[in-house]
Amino acid sequence: MATSESRPYRLLGGRIPYVEGPLKVTGRAEYTDDIQRPGMLVGRVLRSPWPHATIRAIDVADARALPGVSAVLTGEKYPTPFGVLPITHDETAIAVGKVRYIGDIVAAVAARDERTAEEALARIRVDVEPLPDYPDPESGTRPVAVPIHARGLNGTNIQKEVVQHFGDVDAAFAQAAYTARVRGTFAGVTHAFTEPLVTVAEATPDGRLTVWSATQVPHYLHRALSEVLGIPLHRIRVVKPEVGGGFGGKSDPLPHEIVCAALAIETGRPVKILFDREDVFYTNHGRHPTKNDIRIALDANGQILAYDIEATIDGGAWSSFGTVTTYYNGVLSMGPYRVPNFRYKGRRVYTTKPPSGAMRAHGGTNLRYSIEVALDELAETTGIDPFDLRARNALPSDSTTVNQFHIGSTSFLACLAAARERSGWDAKFRRLPYGRGVGLGCGFYISGSNSPIHFTPKMPQSTVHLKVDMDGGIAVHSMQADIGQGSNTLLAAIVAEVLGVDLDRVHVQRVDSDVSPIDLGSYSSRVTFMMGNAARAAAEELRGYLLDAAAELLGTPVGELEVGPERYQRRSDPSSSVTFLEALHKAMERRGALTASGSYQTRPMGGSFKGARAGTAPAYSFAAYVAEVAVDVETGEYRVEKIWAAFDCGRPLNRLAVEGQIEGSIHMGLGQVLGESMNYRGDRLLNPSLLEYKIPMPQQMPEVEILLVGADDPDGPFGAKEAGEGPLIATLPAVGNALYDALGVRFPELPITPDRVLRGIDQRRAKGVAWKGS
Amino acid sequence: MSPSAPVRFRLNGQPAEAPCEAPTILLDLLREQLRLTGTKRGCDLGTCGCCTVLVDGRPTLSCLTLARLVDGHEVTTIEGVSPAQGLSPVQRAFVELGATQCGFCTPGFIVTATALLRDHPHPTRAEIERAVSGNLCRCTGYRKIVDAIETAARGGT
Repeated sequence: MATSESRPYRLLGGRIPYVEGPLKVTGRAEYTDDIQRPGMLVGRVLRSPWPHATIRAIDVADARALPGVSAVLTGEKYPTPFGVLPITHDETAIAVGKVRYIGDIVAAVAARDERTAEEALARIRVDVEPLPDYPDPESGTRPVAVPIHARGLNGTNIQKEVVQHFGDVDAAFAQAAYTARVRGTFAGVTHAFTEPLVTVAEATPDGRLTVWSATQVPHYLHRALSEVLGIPLHRIRVVKPEVGGGFGGKSDPLPHEIVCAALAIETGRPVKILFDREDVFYTNHGRHPTKNDIRIALDANGQILAYDIEATIDGGAWSSFGTVTTYYNGVLSMGPYRVPNFRYKGRRVYTTKPPSGAMRAHGGTNLRYSIEVALDELAETTGIDPFDLRARNALPSDSTTVNQFHIGSTSFLACLAAARERSGWDAKFRRLPYGRGVGLGCGFYISGSNSPIHFTPKMPQSTVHLKVDMDGGIAVHSMQADIGQGSNTLLAAIVAEVLGVDLDRVHVQRVDSDVSPIDLGSYSSRVTFMMGNAARAAAEELRGYLLDAAAELLGTPVGELEVGPERYQRRSDPSSSVTFLEALHKAMERRGALTASGSYQTRPMGGSFKGARAGTAPAYSFAAYVAEVAVDVETGEYRVEKIWAAFDCGRPLNRLAVEGQIEGSIHMGLGQVLGESMNYRGDRLLNPSLLEYKIPMPQQMPEVEILLVGADDPDGPFGAKEAGEGPLIATLPAVGNALYDALGVRFPELPITPDRVLRGIDQRRAKGVAWKGS
Repeated sequence: MSPSAPVRFRLNGQPAEAPCEAPTILLDLLREQLRLTGTKRGCDLGTCGCCTVLVDGRPTLSCLTLARLVDGHEVTTIEGVSPAQGLSPVQRAFVELGATQCGFCTPGFIVTATALLRDHPHPTRAEIERAVSGNLCRCTGYRKIVDAIETAARGGT
């Protein structure tokens, strides 16, 4: 705890308000929908009402004939497939030949206004031959009459199958003293960011295309536009204005972004596509509906002997991040505990439903819920306290897992100790009255991916450029994507920290592919770690020039200088100093405007077997949460009253942002427990609105006590690791296990709605099992 | 009023007039015609609160309000609750306490909170939560938002 409480840095480690805060609180921050271009047209898409059908013909003549319509597009014009992962390009901008879900885009129009665009869509006639639909992933694991994609495995709808086995799981189970099995069922959930998907595109007579879009991954969008439209990257400019939340829902290049650009090219005029909420729900890419089956074996001392994991993952109509999802649903079980034997069989299956993709704590959430519930069961069976059971199995720092992940720093034991003490666990666990309970859930997540989605894998994953001119203002360029998590603020703070200057000298420039060097964007909880290291390297290069100049001015060796506030001074005599501006101007006599570039690339890691790099990361975060719940046993309603959130993000660099990520993660994780669910009848989505898909309200938020106990990570920038996604994971099992402590009922299915709570209580009583005297 | 008659109202303290067809909603009038883009469009269904403005001082969902209904009334948007220089106390508290993340819901919260603090200068936490329960935020878990409104009511950070 001492490490992260101490303050060796001037700015970092403090509470740094977000640099764009004043613009956001006044409504002056510019989002994509705020952009107006002269003569801009309205773009709209036509969605399939069929879950699975061959397109025989599309008649667009009546739509084209409507006055005010500038373009009508169908799929064959831009049929090149794309997708976020280079190995699974199975999406097209507009459906080609067939539609694969209710909501698939079959045509698009650009018109002078919304009403004309809507009328044009109504005039498009689509002639289809319906095909069998496959809403259920289980049935798609066998050969089907008409596979959703030709690339499905052996005539099935299986998109990806992963089978891994390390050690000898059967032998471990044969010698186990205790085993537990949890069969989890998880409804799909979605990001529910507040800013709808929106793109503006403009093709200009100089042969260039500019695209403004609400995206987390401007570089991947840049790539996809180039590939599908057949325009070289250097003639496309991608701009990312402020983004109103993403959580993974804006981390794929999405069809409407390409459609918008195509309409701009067709018409020669600027085009905006703004999605309504229903469109956003149909675009989805949320957390996969999942069934998992998890068995854990313990020896007589409570040591984990083996995990045996199966998962069937409902992919929806496209691959998206699905290959990664399939690996993650197994391999992200490799922490925070030592697991000597491990077997995993995971299948992601295409279905005729809106595509699933990456959502905050991607691949680690549903898996972790089942594991932590199983461990809670084992704690009860063995009579070992849940904290002790976990502590006994904690992975040590600088260790290697059975599948060859390198675990650098871990403060997991400190997380456990802090959560146990602060929550008053020992006085509460199994001691609160019937209907009240406490539960422990733990978490583990990657701090960036060592296996980047990169078209040129030897290139750096993040790059930061700095430029200082005579005014002493420092311009920072990087394609890192601030989507509200505060990465611009951290980027500015790291530069200011290294150079010793005031934060307001540093201006992080808007992401613009014409001038921003490549960073892969906001996903896999990579930004603080990777951008942070790149920023530090760039700033250290710049500091070198300034120190050289200061040394010359002071007539002293560089090695005797240190950085002071807005100045560079002699270590032995800080009164002997030059100001930042004096050093800058001296340095500029030789170099003109100073520029510097820093980059970050992970070092090689992981094993050499197939899929070995999935889940390898330069660092991992750890969490231990305790939730306290109160249940109304008559109605099944319950309230999560408090969560003690002990988290290891290494050194927190901006406490304000770390707290915000943890509180927001708890909100999102709680939503998946309390009731968030993409509800389907067959393949028809029943609740595509924020009225029917309810995210928690302010009154449903528990009190949150944040316990930051991480020690410096040796490879993280200034000792930091991720805090953007990992904080979600432990929320769910902490609540599930607290409900068990309250009621004596296990809930392997999420969400845990009041009717499920009541049914659980009834079933327990029907079996004649008493719990806390009830 | 004929279907295409202009709507005349007071907007952020100034007289305003705009041509307005019968079905035009207030959010479109503000954002598209008058280019006041601080008011955000999150759902078009009255579910998210991002489009909140004040009509005669009351928080109102502009996406569910026909523009012609504000004829003769007073409309205040986020631009109208923001001082010409600097920030209002509740805006300052939002910045200092980190109550913005993506910021897309923020104008709606600021407008709602401004009306709350005008009518109830010393609200309880429960009253704040109730007042903002029509505004969705997916980033913050609401805690820092409620903290900021509470702090502003107490006179600042």
